[in-house]
Amino acid sequence: MSDLHTLGVAQLSALLQNKDISAVELATRMLARLGGNPHHAFLSVDSEVTLAQAKAADARLTAGDTSPLLGVPIAHKDIFVTTDFPTTAGSRMLEGYRSPFNATVVQRLGDAGMVSLGKLSCDEFAMGSANENVAVPSAHPQAVTNPWDVSRIPGGSSGGSAAAVAACLTPAATGTDTGGSIRQPAAFCGITGIKPTYGRASRYGMVAFASSLDQAGPMARSAEDCALLLSAMCGPDLDRDSTSLDVKAEDFSRDLNQPLKGLRVGVPNEFFADGLAADVRGAVDAALESLRSQGATLVPIALPRTSLSIPVYYIIAPAEASSNLSRFDGVKFGHRAKDFTDLADMYEKTRSEGFGEEVKRRIMIGSYVLSHGYYDAYYLQAQKIRRMIADDFQRAFASCDVIAGPVAPTVAWKLGDKSNDPLANYLADIFTLPASLAGLPGMSIPVGFGEGGLPVGMQLMGNYLQEAKLLNVAHQFQLATDHHLKTPVGAA
Amino acid sequence: MSAPLVHGYEVVIGFETHAQLSTQSKIFSRASTAFGAEPNTQACAVDLALPGTLPVMNKGAVERAIQLGLALGSHIAERSIFARKNYFYPDLPKGYQISQFEIPVVQGGEVSFFLEQGKETLHKTVRLVRAHLEEDAGKSLHEDFIGQSGIDLNRAGTPLLEIVTEPDMRSSAEAVAYAKELHKIVTWIGICDGNMQEGSFRCDANVSVRKPGAPLGTRREIKNLNSFKFMQQAIDYEVRWQIEQLEDGHAIQQATVLFNPDTGETRAMRTKEDAADYRYFPDPDLPPLVIGRDWVERVRSEMAELPRVMAERFVTQYGLPEYDATQLTQSKAMAAYFEAAAKACGQAKLASNWVMGDVSRFSNAFKGGSFENLPVHPSQLGALITRIVDNTISNNAAKEVFDELWSPKWQPSGYNVTDITFGLVDALIDAKGLKQMNDSGELEKIIDEVLAANPKNVQEFKAGNAKALNGLVGPIMKASKGKANPAQVNALLLKKLD
Repeated sequence: MSDLHTLGVAQLSALLQNKDISAVELATRMLARLGGNPHHAFLSVDSEVTLAQAKAADARLTAGDTSPLLGVPIAHKDIFVTTDFPTTAGSRMLEGYRSPFNATVVQRLGDAGMVSLGKLSCDEFAMGSANENVAVPSAHPQAVTNPWDVSRIPGGSSGGSAAAVAACLTPAATGTDTGGSIRQPAAFCGITGIKPTYGRASRYGMVAFASSLDQAGPMARSAEDCALLLSAMCGPDLDRDSTSLDVKAEDFSRDLNQPLKGLRVGVPNEFFADGLAADVRGAVDAALESLRSQGATLVPIALPRTSLSIPVYYIIAPAEASSNLSRFDGVKFGHRAKDFTDLADMYEKTRSEGFGEEVKRRIMIGSYVLSHGYYDAYYLQAQKIRRMIADDFQRAFASCDVIAGPVAPTVAWKLGDKSNDPLANYLADIFTLPASLAGLPGMSIPVGFGEGGLPVGMQLMGNYLQEAKLLNVAHQFQLATDHHLKTPVGAA
Repeated sequence: MSAPLVHGYEVVIGFETHAQLSTQSKIFSRASTAFGAEPNTQACAVDLALPGTLPVMNKGAVERAIQLGLALGSHIAERSIFARKNYFYPDLPKGYQISQFEIPVVQGGEVSFFLEQGKETLHKTVRLVRAHLEEDAGKSLHEDFIGQSGIDLNRAGTPLLEIVTEPDMRSSAEAVAYAKELHKIVTWIGICDGNMQEGSFRCDANVSVRKPGAPLGTRREIKNLNSFKFMQQAIDYEVRWQIEQLEDGHAIQQATVLFNPDTGETRAMRTKEDAADYRYFPDPDLPPLVIGRDWVERVRSEMAELPRVMAERFVTQYGLPEYDATQLTQSKAMAAYFEAAAKACGQAKLASNWVMGDVSRFSNAFKGGSFENLPVHPSQLGALITRIVDNTISNNAAKEVFDELWSPKWQPSGYNVTDITFGLVDALIDAKGLKQMNDSGELEKIIDEVLAANPKNVQEFKAGNAKALNGLVGPIMKASKGKANPAQVNALLLKKLD
């Protein structure tokens, strides 16, 4: 079993249940691969903690516990607070911070018996599309690299999660998606990731970026694995998160094997316009053709406000962020400036030192759009258009069951290419923002390779609570194709 | 009749009151709200705004808002919105306060009350704009530290209801009467303990002055008035100050001011120029607060009888004057005391007089005005009144007995003593020899002696000076050692002098 690290969640679970391998052996093997921190994907590891969790999992396995995730390794985006590892949210502001409680998602996966390998790098406070905005001083170098080409970015903000899964450093990772932060890095790194319906997974314990958009989801190397993980992550958390949906936990694996015959796949014109790179278009077209060959029909649909999702998102998300980040003031926890003359000076120095450039930029934008005299023109107007974008989806779902299109206009770009051009970064989010603004579930599956042999992802979007349908389509596609089985050189 | 002008100016006052709601736990967390704990021992992760924490609404706080709305005849919004008020301060852990801005839970309504103006009793109604739910901040402690400040977050997240009036008050007396009435209502319905020292009921007064008929003047807001006495002093000072400014040709600048009880003056903390932009927006962590009609009706069905409803009932059921009914319903305990005493003796008006008179006097002197667990049980008062009515004792003798009853030595086991009511009252009357002289033979003898000894008074009375009678009653009462029944003395005297 020399290639244990290349196995997925379901396969590892079978080995563990069969007692072919113990959780401690598996964890030890995985930890051994983290030396030198490949791709700078991890921000913290602690083998003692990991092995203790593995030991506990082994005890449950010995006792005959058949929980499907028991003993399987996972790693968590450093945006989830954890008691066993520090939590930085990729920021200098929280360097060394340790939470007295676990995020609900972390707790649920832990209760299911998963063994945590550590915390994964991400853009500071989940703000970024390239994982270049990592601002923890101890992380050197700070940017995460793409396992398919280390001169490229892995995508963001869950770039550490995507790179770690693609490089087979972990079979599974958690991510969070505010405007595409699970789907885009999954696409850029050639893995599978799903953002469920807003409210499915508890936000309790996620360091908040934009409260009305943030959603947790799993990232793995197959739809089947994502279904297993998502089933454990979701479920109501009404005592801790008021935006948690009062919808029972589901078995998202239940419909994986439904045939696609009769499935109506909506294809939005706006996702295939001029800005779409030819290599991405080619791979996505081929994937759509594959679905059609399995009995699905392709239905042209319109999402006319797709381009408006960029300004709408970049008003609402920074507005909420500017307020959510106010608690980082140097008073109670986190970074506090060393020398200051008075209270205002302490705030100013603490926040100037503690936050990185992109975070400051968004705090400024957010404060501006909420300020007196501008609120109606920006924030209120953006909320109205957000509602219209959601309505557009409902019209579209009248004629289709799922919507498919590209995740991003291009494959992963070179490190540093857009780091001095925030607007170019923002524009690259165009295809993931609409589902985020509407609160709809969306996922990314690998559908081939484009320029430079870099992975291309296809996005599947469903109506509210239709995660099982998305996972069904993705799984059927993956049964018929092998893109998701490819691993970058060096990973296997 | 409107309130008097002050040096030709009309005073205009509006109130914002923060009532701390009497929930066990905080408005968005499960930490305790108890007062007086060691600093930061009652602040949980949510109150400390630790990363990843989220607010979850305490239904008990909503229920109390509904109760207030029902008590004041307000509209209870079926859907209200929580908003974030963003500002930096060390005792505000999240960097924003969760409050309600555009759509509050309680809308409209009114507070009405009586107040004395000269010899008149005026009925006054103050309209409410709204009452909204919000969380309190923590406390900054500047005194106990050198070169730094302490932060106590025990109070952070305590539920508040901010109750906002229209600028309907026209004098400090009206303002104080409004505040007292509101205080009575919130404590009566039990949504707030009303403890002003501990900050459970804090008033801000918006004060302006204008010439009659002129548009509203610029207001200054006096913050944190935590006693009715200071409230009156602060408003009176502020009104004088504003009038002086205007008379001297200065314009009033909108400002927030603090009252200093030591100097009796108000002093500006900040002016409008330093006013923060709070960047209000709907809190994305909290869905709209939805209150169904069924919830409102359930709260209504569980609510105690309101003071004004009870006062109306006292008028119809016991035939009391409206004034008495209002006075007796100053607190739930007082009203209950009156009703128990009235039922025990069947003499509602006499019971009312006693409760408003001697019982209140003793309660104010010894029990801080409270009617909880008074040493004289209402049924004992009822027995005492019965003994007045059946002519066993005079009113003055009854006061003497009441005084004695108040003594702790007659309270062997608190209130559970029903058999002592008449027993103890009668025993005290006997022991003190206060029984009235109802035997007319003995009384007539005394009267004859007094008449013989005071021929001058008899003569004057017969000459038409009615007052001369008083000169005779006094010596008769004295001769009877106070046991004569004054009414009987009067009747017998008139008969003899006829």
